[in-house]
Amino acid sequence: MSITDVPAGPNAFDRFFQQLGTGQILLAVALVLYPFLVSPFFAFQIGGQILILGMIALSLMMLAGYGGMVSLAQLTLAGIASYSVAIFGTNSVGLMGFGWPWWIVVPFSILIAALVAVLIGLISVRTSGIYTIMITLAIGTAFFYFATQNHSLFNGFAGYRGIDAPTVFGVYWRDPIPFYYLCLAVAVVAYGLVLYCARSSFGLALQATRDNPRRMRAIGYNVTAVKVFAYFLSGLIAGTAGVLYAWFNGRISPGTISVGEIIGVLVIAVIGGLRHPIGPFLGALVYVLMKTFAIDLIGAERFNTLIGLVFLVIVFISPDGILGLWEKLKPHLAPTSLRSS
Amino acid sequence: MMEIESKLGGTNMSLQRKAIMALTLATAFVAPTLAMAEGTIKIGTLATLEGPFTVLGQDGMRGVELAIKEHNGMAGGMKIEIVKGSTDASPDSAVKAARKLVEQDGVQLVVGPLSGDEGLAVKDYAKTKPNITFVNGTSGAQDLTLRDPAANYFRFNTDGAQWMAGLGDYAYNVKGYKKVATVAEDYSFPYSQVFGFMAGFCKAGGHVPSKSWVPIGNKDFSSVIAALPDDVDAIYVALGGADASNFLSQYQQAGGKAHLIGGTITVDQTVLGSEGKSKDVVIGTPSAGPVADNNDSPAWAKFAADYKAAFKDGFPAPSLFAHGYYVNTKALLLALDQVKGDVSGDQSKLRDALSKLSFDTPTGKVSLDKNRNAIADIYLSEVAKGADGKLYNKVVKTIPQVNETLGQDEAAFLKLGVANKDNPDCK
Repeated sequence: MSITDVPAGPNAFDRFFQQLGTGQILLAVALVLYPFLVSPFFAFQIGGQILILGMIALSLMMLAGYGGMVSLAQLTLAGIASYSVAIFGTNSVGLMGFGWPWWIVVPFSILIAALVAVLIGLISVRTSGIYTIMITLAIGTAFFYFATQNHSLFNGFAGYRGIDAPTVFGVYWRDPIPFYYLCLAVAVVAYGLVLYCARSSFGLALQATRDNPRRMRAIGYNVTAVKVFAYFLSGLIAGTAGVLYAWFNGRISPGTISVGEIIGVLVIAVIGGLRHPIGPFLGALVYVLMKTFAIDLIGAERFNTLIGLVFLVIVFISPDGILGLWEKLKPHLAPTSLRSS
Repeated sequence: MMEIESKLGGTNMSLQRKAIMALTLATAFVAPTLAMAEGTIKIGTLATLEGPFTVLGQDGMRGVELAIKEHNGMAGGMKIEIVKGSTDASPDSAVKAARKLVEQDGVQLVVGPLSGDEGLAVKDYAKTKPNITFVNGTSGAQDLTLRDPAANYFRFNTDGAQWMAGLGDYAYNVKGYKKVATVAEDYSFPYSQVFGFMAGFCKAGGHVPSKSWVPIGNKDFSSVIAALPDDVDAIYVALGGADASNFLSQYQQAGGKAHLIGGTITVDQTVLGSEGKSKDVVIGTPSAGPVADNNDSPAWAKFAADYKAAFKDGFPAPSLFAHGYYVNTKALLLALDQVKGDVSGDQSKLRDALSKLSFDTPTGKVSLDKNRNAIADIYLSEVAKGADGKLYNKVVKTIPQVNETLGQDEAAFLKLGVANKDNPDCK
C-alpha cells in the first residue's frame, strides 16, 4: 500500500513516482501492453469483463472494507445505470430509447445510479452487520423480479438489446482494444479514487465510523451523512461500471442482475480480499477465468462444482482472500537475502 | 504491496522462480487456441447446462451426440469436434457462451441455443459474425425467424406457435372447453406458445379471461393459483422443467380441479418421467408439439431405440430437446456431407445446401421456408398411462407440414402482431 499516502501540494507527483516500486511499474506496463499480446477475445471478453466486474466489486469493497457495510445491491446499481443507458440512449427493442447523445446519457445514468445508492444508503444505514446484508439483498432481489415482470419500463425477461457504444474521436469504443483501454482507464480512476478517499478526512471518518460509531457521534460527526456519502461514492463507481457493462454486453436483461450474479459480486470481493482496493480486481480475475474456462477443464457436467471448489479452497486457505494469500506467499517469493527481514 | 520487486537484485534462484511463475501464469491465461488439426470441423454447442432448464439442456446434448454418433463422428470427410458451451437460459449467458465458442475456441459452426430469448439474443450476435453459420437448438421464439431474421441462422425445428397447431381447435371442439385461463412463463417462448394456442382456440369461439405470467424458476405458485378464476373449464399451462412440476404439484395440493391443457414442454418427458404424485393429475391432458412418445412410425421407433441404447441415464423416451438438437445437428451434418466439409470463406456453399435441404427425420419430412424456419409435422396428443405404469403422450392426430404462419397468408399473419403477454386477446 505504498502509494496510498499522497499529500496535496507541488511535490505530490514527485512523491508519487518516488514511491512507485518496480512491481507497480511492471504491472502498469503489463496492463497497457496486454491487449496487444493476446487475442481480441481476451482483450474484450476477459479483460473488459474483469475490469468491469472488478469495479462493481470495488464499490462493494469500499463500503464493506472501509465502512463495514456489506451491500449486496451494488450490481443492482450497475444494472440501473445499464437500464438507464438503454432507456435514454438507443436500443433495438422499440421500447423507450429516447436517443439522447452519449455525453448526456452517460453522466445521467451514473447520476441515477448514485442517487439510487443514496436512497439505498438512507434505508440501510439504520441497520448493521447481517441486517445490512439482508436489506440490500432484498432490494437487489426485489429489483430483479420487478425488472423481470415489468414490461412498460424494463421490457420483462428479454430486457433491452441493441445497446451500442458511441464512436468518439473516430474510435468505435466497442472494438476490443479501445474498449479494454476505456475500461482500464476508468478502473484506474476508480481505484485511485478509492485509495485517495481512504486516506482523506472523509475516508478516515468512514473507517472510524466503522470501528466506533458512538464515539464518532460523540465527537460531533454526522455518522449517517458519512455513511450515506460512502454509498453515493459507491453508486458513482458501480454506475460507471454499469454503463460499461451495458456497452460490453450490448444488452441488458434481468439475467445480468439476478440473485446468482449478485452473489457473484460478493464472491469476487471475498475471494479477492476486502482490505485493499486491488483485491476486487484480483477476485474478478479468478472469477472470470474460472467462469469462462472451467467448462474446458472439466467438461460440461461438473464445471460449476469445480468453480465452487476453487472459491472454497481460496477462502479456506486464506480467509483474507487472494490478498491474504499474497501476503502469505510474499516472504517465500522474496530474494533469499531478504527472507529473514 | 509490491516493494519486494523493487529489490530485484536478489539471487538467481529467486529470479528464476519468478520467471517460471510469470511464464506459467502467462501461458495459463493467454494460451491461444491451438491451430486446428487438418480435416477437423469444430462445432460449438449451446445448451442450458445450468439453471432451471439443466435437465432439458442435458437431453439436448444427448441429441447432438446421437446425431454425430450416427454419422460416425464424420461429415463431408472431416472429423467433427464438439466444443460445449453452457448457458443458464438467460439471453446474456447465451451471448457470452456464443462469443467464447466463436472468438476463443474458434468454432466454425454453432448448434443451439435451447431457450426462446436465448435464440433472439444469439440471432443478434449471429448478425455480427457473418462468416459463422448458426443452426438452432430448440429455441422456439417466433421472431427468431418470422421477423428480422439473420441470414446465417437456420432453424430446422418448428417454433413455439407452430407446436400448438390444432390444439386450440381440439380443446374447444373435441374437449368442449369454452373458457380457459393460461399460466405461462414470462418470456418469448411461452408468448409464442400461448399465441399459437389462442390463434386456434379464439378462432373456434373460445374465451381466455385470465392470463398469468410467472418468472422462470418460480418456486411458489400459491398467489398465481389463488388468482385463477373459478369458472374456467380448463387451465392452459405452458411451463417447463422444474417450473411445470412445481406448479402441477402445488395446484393439486391447493385442491385445484380444473382440467389441464399442456403447452409443449409442460407434459414433456421431463415432467412425465419424473416421480411423484403430480404426474397423475396430468393424465388426459391434451397437448401438441413436434414429438409424440407413441409415434408408431418406424423412424421414430428406431430413433427412440438408439436413444435408449446410447444413454442409460436418459429419459424413458427422447424429449423434444433431444429431438430438436438431433434434427438440427443432423441437418448440419447432411449439409456438410453435400459440400464435402467446405466451411471456408463466408460458408455460402454450406448455407445454400442448408437452405435447400429437405430430409426425413424421426418425425417426418423437414424443409425450410424462405426465412430459414422449418416446415414439419406437428403431433396432437393426450397424456395416457402405459401398460408399464409409465405416462406417455398418446398421439391423437398428426397435423402435416405446418408452416410458420400456421397455414395463413403471411401478410395477414404478420398483421396479428408480435406475440407478447397482451397479444393476442380474447376475453
